[in-house]
Amino acid sequence: MSRVRGVALLALALSFGILAACGGGTPATRGAEPGMRLLTEPQYRRIIADIFGEQITIGGTFDPLVRTNGLLTVGSSDAHITPAGLEQLDRMARSIAAQVTSEENRDFLIPCAPADALSPDPQCARLFFRDTGRLLYRRPLSKDELDAAVAVADAATTELGSFHEGLAAGLAGMLISPSFLFVIEEVEPDPDREGAVRLDAYAKAARLSFFLWGTSPDDELLRVAESGELHAPRMMKKQVDRLLDSPRLEQGLRLFFDDMLNFENIARLEKDAIIYPAFSTAVANDAREQTLRTMMDVVLRQDGDYRDVFTTRKTFLSGPLGRIYRVPVSRPDGGWMEYEFPEGDPRVGIATHISFTALHSHAGRSSPTLRGKAIREILLCQRVPDPPGTVDFSKFNDPQSPAHTARERLTVHSIEPACAGCHKLTDPVGLGMEHIDGAGQLRTSEEGYPIDATGELDGFNFKDVAGIGPALRENPAAPACLVNRLYSYATARTPVRNERKYLKHLEHRFEDEGFKVRALLREIALGEAMYAVKQPAAQTAAVNVSPRGKS
Amino acid sequence: MSILLPRPVTRRSVLRGALGGATVGISLPFLDAFLNENGTALAGTGAPLPVRFGTWYWGLGHTPGHAIVPKTRTASGIEFLTECLPLKRHEKRLNFFGGFNMPLDGRSNYTHFSGWVASRTGSAPSTNSEIPAPTLDLLVADHIARGARFQTLDATACGIARENYSARSTNSRAAAEASPEKLYSRVFGVEFADPNKADFKPDTRMMVRRSVLSAVTDERKALLRRVGTADQQRLDEYFTSIRQLEGQLEAQLRKPEPNQSCAIPSAPRRDGAEQDMPQGLEVDTVVANHKVMSQMMAMAVACNQTKVFNMVFSDNFSHMRRPGQTYTHHLLTHEETPDKVLGYQPVAFWFNCRTMDAFATFIDAFANIREGDGSLLDNMLIFAATETNYARVHSVDGVPVFTAGNAGGRIKTGLHVVGNGDPITRVGLTAMQVMGVPIDTWGTRSLQTSKTITEILV
Repeated sequence: MSRVRGVALLALALSFGILAACGGGTPATRGAEPGMRLLTEPQYRRIIADIFGEQITIGGTFDPLVRTNGLLTVGSSDAHITPAGLEQLDRMARSIAAQVTSEENRDFLIPCAPADALSPDPQCARLFFRDTGRLLYRRPLSKDELDAAVAVADAATTELGSFHEGLAAGLAGMLISPSFLFVIEEVEPDPDREGAVRLDAYAKAARLSFFLWGTSPDDELLRVAESGELHAPRMMKKQVDRLLDSPRLEQGLRLFFDDMLNFENIARLEKDAIIYPAFSTAVANDAREQTLRTMMDVVLRQDGDYRDVFTTRKTFLSGPLGRIYRVPVSRPDGGWMEYEFPEGDPRVGIATHISFTALHSHAGRSSPTLRGKAIREILLCQRVPDPPGTVDFSKFNDPQSPAHTARERLTVHSIEPACAGCHKLTDPVGLGMEHIDGAGQLRTSEEGYPIDATGELDGFNFKDVAGIGPALRENPAAPACLVNRLYSYATARTPVRNERKYLKHLEHRFEDEGFKVRALLREIALGEAMYAVKQPAAQTAAVNVSPRGKS
Repeated sequence: MSILLPRPVTRRSVLRGALGGATVGISLPFLDAFLNENGTALAGTGAPLPVRFGTWYWGLGHTPGHAIVPKTRTASGIEFLTECLPLKRHEKRLNFFGGFNMPLDGRSNYTHFSGWVASRTGSAPSTNSEIPAPTLDLLVADHIARGARFQTLDATACGIARENYSARSTNSRAAAEASPEKLYSRVFGVEFADPNKADFKPDTRMMVRRSVLSAVTDERKALLRRVGTADQQRLDEYFTSIRQLEGQLEAQLRKPEPNQSCAIPSAPRRDGAEQDMPQGLEVDTVVANHKVMSQMMAMAVACNQTKVFNMVFSDNFSHMRRPGQTYTHHLLTHEETPDKVLGYQPVAFWFNCRTMDAFATFIDAFANIREGDGSLLDNMLIFAATETNYARVHSVDGVPVFTAGNAGGRIKTGLHVVGNGDPITRVGLTAMQVMGVPIDTWGTRSLQTSKTITEILV
C-alpha cells in the first residue's frame, strides 16, 4: 500500500469514527429513533423546481411549523397534516400536475407520447410514474404502487377523455401521498453489528441530500442507494464530495441559513409607511437576499471563516436597499451590485443588515429587547427566559419620566427585579445597536436627543453598532451555535444526550479547520453520527421489513 | 371597497342567470318550501334547523372598569360601558361571563399565550408553545361537522395565517385564511356549488379526485407497518384528513338543497377597483378586512359550507397600529401612561373600543341573515374570548368571555353570568354540551370542571 493511500485510508477511518474506541478519535453516538419529517415549504418548493423545473408555479398556504431547537426543519419532524393543510396540499398538487402535463411542458417532462391522446396508454403512464415517482418518493416505486398510479391514470383518462388529464390525476395522487410529503426513514439490520439496525440506503441518501442540497436525492444518489453501494464508506465519501462540489450546495446552504435566521418572517414584515417611507416589500425581500448573498460569499465563494459573516463590510445591494443604506445603486438592469461599506461606516457584518435590524424591531420603532433576544437565541443558541406573567408596569407608565431614547425608557428593566433577570441578557446587546432604527437606517439621535449606543455582549464592550460584529465574532458561542444548528438540520431533530461529546468534537474540528463551513459540512456528512439510529420501539420484533421498492 | 351585498334570489334572477348561460331545463328554487310552516324545522325530515358553532378571538382583553359593569350575581341585563357600547344593540343576543378564573397551578403565565390555550383547551400549557389538548372548536367539529363541505373554516383579519387559535395539538395547527380574497376563493371560488342554481350536474373531475384519494388511502396499511408508534399517530391524522377531504368531495357531488339564506357574495375588491384589498396591521385595514371576512364567513355558514368556524380579529399580541404612530396596541398596553382624569390608557382604550365595535359588526353579519323565522344567529353559538383580562398586567383571572346566539333555542341570552372565581372552563364545557358534544368533564388540574352553567340553559 502506498503511503499516500495509507494516509488517505487513515483519514477516512478517522472521519468515520472507526478509531472512536482508541480515545482520541470521534466520539461514538447511538443516535435516536428514525424520523418521519414533513417536507417544509422551502423543501417542497425546491423539490418541485428540481424535478419539474422553475417554471412550475406553486400557490397556497402551508400549515405553520413549530420552531424547535431554533429550526423549523426540526419542528417538521413532529408536524402533522391538518385537514385544512391537506386541502391546500391537494390544491397545490392538482395545480402542479396540470402544469406538468400541460401542452407547454409535456414534451420535455413526460418521456413518451400516448398512442392516442384521448385514450389510456398504460405503457406510457407506467414509464412516467416509474421515473417521476422514484424522484418524488426518493426510492423506486413498488410494483403495487406503480400499478395503482397507472390504474388511477387510466381510469381518469377514460372518465375525462384525455390521456394527459388522466396522467395529471395520477401525479396529483403522488403529490399528496405520505410517501412524498413525509420523508419516512426506514431501518434494516446492520450487518456489522449484530442485533442493531442502521438506516437503509434510501434514508441515508435522503438525509444527505436534504442536508447539503435542501432537496430530494438526485438520480445518481438514488442509484447508489438502490445498489447498496452508499453503505460503503468509499462511496459515501464520493457522494458527499460530489454534493459538496455541486453548485446546488449553495441552494441547500441558503435554505439552512434562511431557516436559522428566521427569514420566513420577512415575508410578512411591515413597517409604518409614514415613519419609514423608504421601506417597502421590495426592501424586505431584497434584505433577505442581501444577507444570504453575503453569507454565501464568505462561506462558499471565499471558503472563509464563518465568523467573518459578523464583521465583513462586503455585501451586495439592490436599488431598493440603496434607499435604506443611502448608497446610490446604479445598475441599469435593476440587479445587484457588490459593495463594500467604507472603513469607519458602522455597517459591519450581517447583524447590522436590514434583514436583522428591521426584522427584530417593531413596525414603527426599533427594539433593543427584540434585537438582544435575537442575537442570543438565533446567533448564539442561548435561551432567554420567557417574560414573567406578573410585572408591575406602572414604572413604565411614569408620567414624570423624561425618557426620550430607548435607553432611558428601558432603564426600568434594570431596576425592576421581575424584569432585570432577562433584560440584562438582552438590553445591553440591543441598546448597542440603537444607531440603526426600526427600518434598518442609520441614525444618531431619537426624538432629537443623542443616542448613547454603547453596548456589551458577554464581557465584550463596544461603543456603537459597529462593535456588535466583532463582539459576535469573538464569542465562542457563535461557531458552537452553528455546529449545533447544522447538526440539528442534518438529522432534523434536537441533538440527544449521547451526542454531546460528538458535538463538542465537531466544535473542535470546526475550529481546527479555521471555522470553514464547507469543511464542517463534510465532517458532519461523513460522520457516522448523522446516520446513527436506534431500533424504533414499535418495530423491535419486526425489523426484517421488506426492502423498499420491493413488494 | 366593495360591500358584500347579498344578492337575493328571486324568480327573475334565477331565470336571468340561467338564460344568460348555456343551461337549459330550468326549475325554480325550492326556497322556503324545505322548511316547515313555522320556519323552524326542515320540512322533509322534521329535524330542527342545524345549530352551528363558531369562535371569535380578539387580543388584549378589556379595560377593566370601562367595558362591562361587574355584577355580584348572575342576572339578566348586561351593563355596557364606553368600551363595549357598540355591543348594546346586541344585548338580547349576547351573554357575558365575568369573574371566572384561570388557575394555572403554578405553571408560568406565558404572556398572551396561556390565556387562550387554557380557555380553549381546558389545560394550562407547560411551555410557551405547548397546546396540550384539542381546542373546543375541533371537539365540536368532530361531533357536528359531518356532511359539511369544510370541517372547520378558519380566517384571520390581521393578515397572519399562523394566528389561528384552533389546534389539535402543538404540532397540528392549521393556517387560517389571511385575506378576504383567499377566504372568498376557498369558499366561493370555482368549486362552490350554488344551492339555488337551477341545474346541478356532478363534476366529473370531483369523481376523479375521489378515486385519487381512494388510491392514497390504500397505502395506509403498508405505511403504518413501517413507522414507530408516534409516527403512526401522525399518519393516522393524515388519513383522517384524507377522509375529511373525501367527505368534502362527497358533499360537492350531491345536489345542494335550495337555500333561501344563501346569497353568494361578490368577490372582495378594494373600492370597487380590480385590486385586492390592502393587507397589514394598520387598524383601519384590519377593521375593513374583518368586516368583509365576517360577512363572508356568515354566508359560508348560511350556505351550508361549514358548521364550525374560527374568526380572528386581532392576534394575541395585537400588533395593530395607527398610521404614523410608533406604538402598537400591545406596546401601548404596557408603556402608555394612564390618564389621571380618565383613569386608563387612552390610546390602548381606543384600540379596545375599535375591537368591541368590530365584534358588534361581526354579530351583525350573522344577525342580518334571515334563516327560517329568525336569523342565522338564532341557530348559532358563538364563543368569543381573549387571552387576558387586563393586558397591562397580563392578568388571566376574570378574563372576559361572551357568547352570541341562541343555539337554536337551547340557551337563554341577555344574561351577565358571574363566575365567582370558578374556572373559566365552565363556559367552554357548557358551550360544548349545548352543541351536543357528549362530554361531562373537561379540562385538567384546577381547570377541570364538570359544572355546566345551568343559568343559561333553556
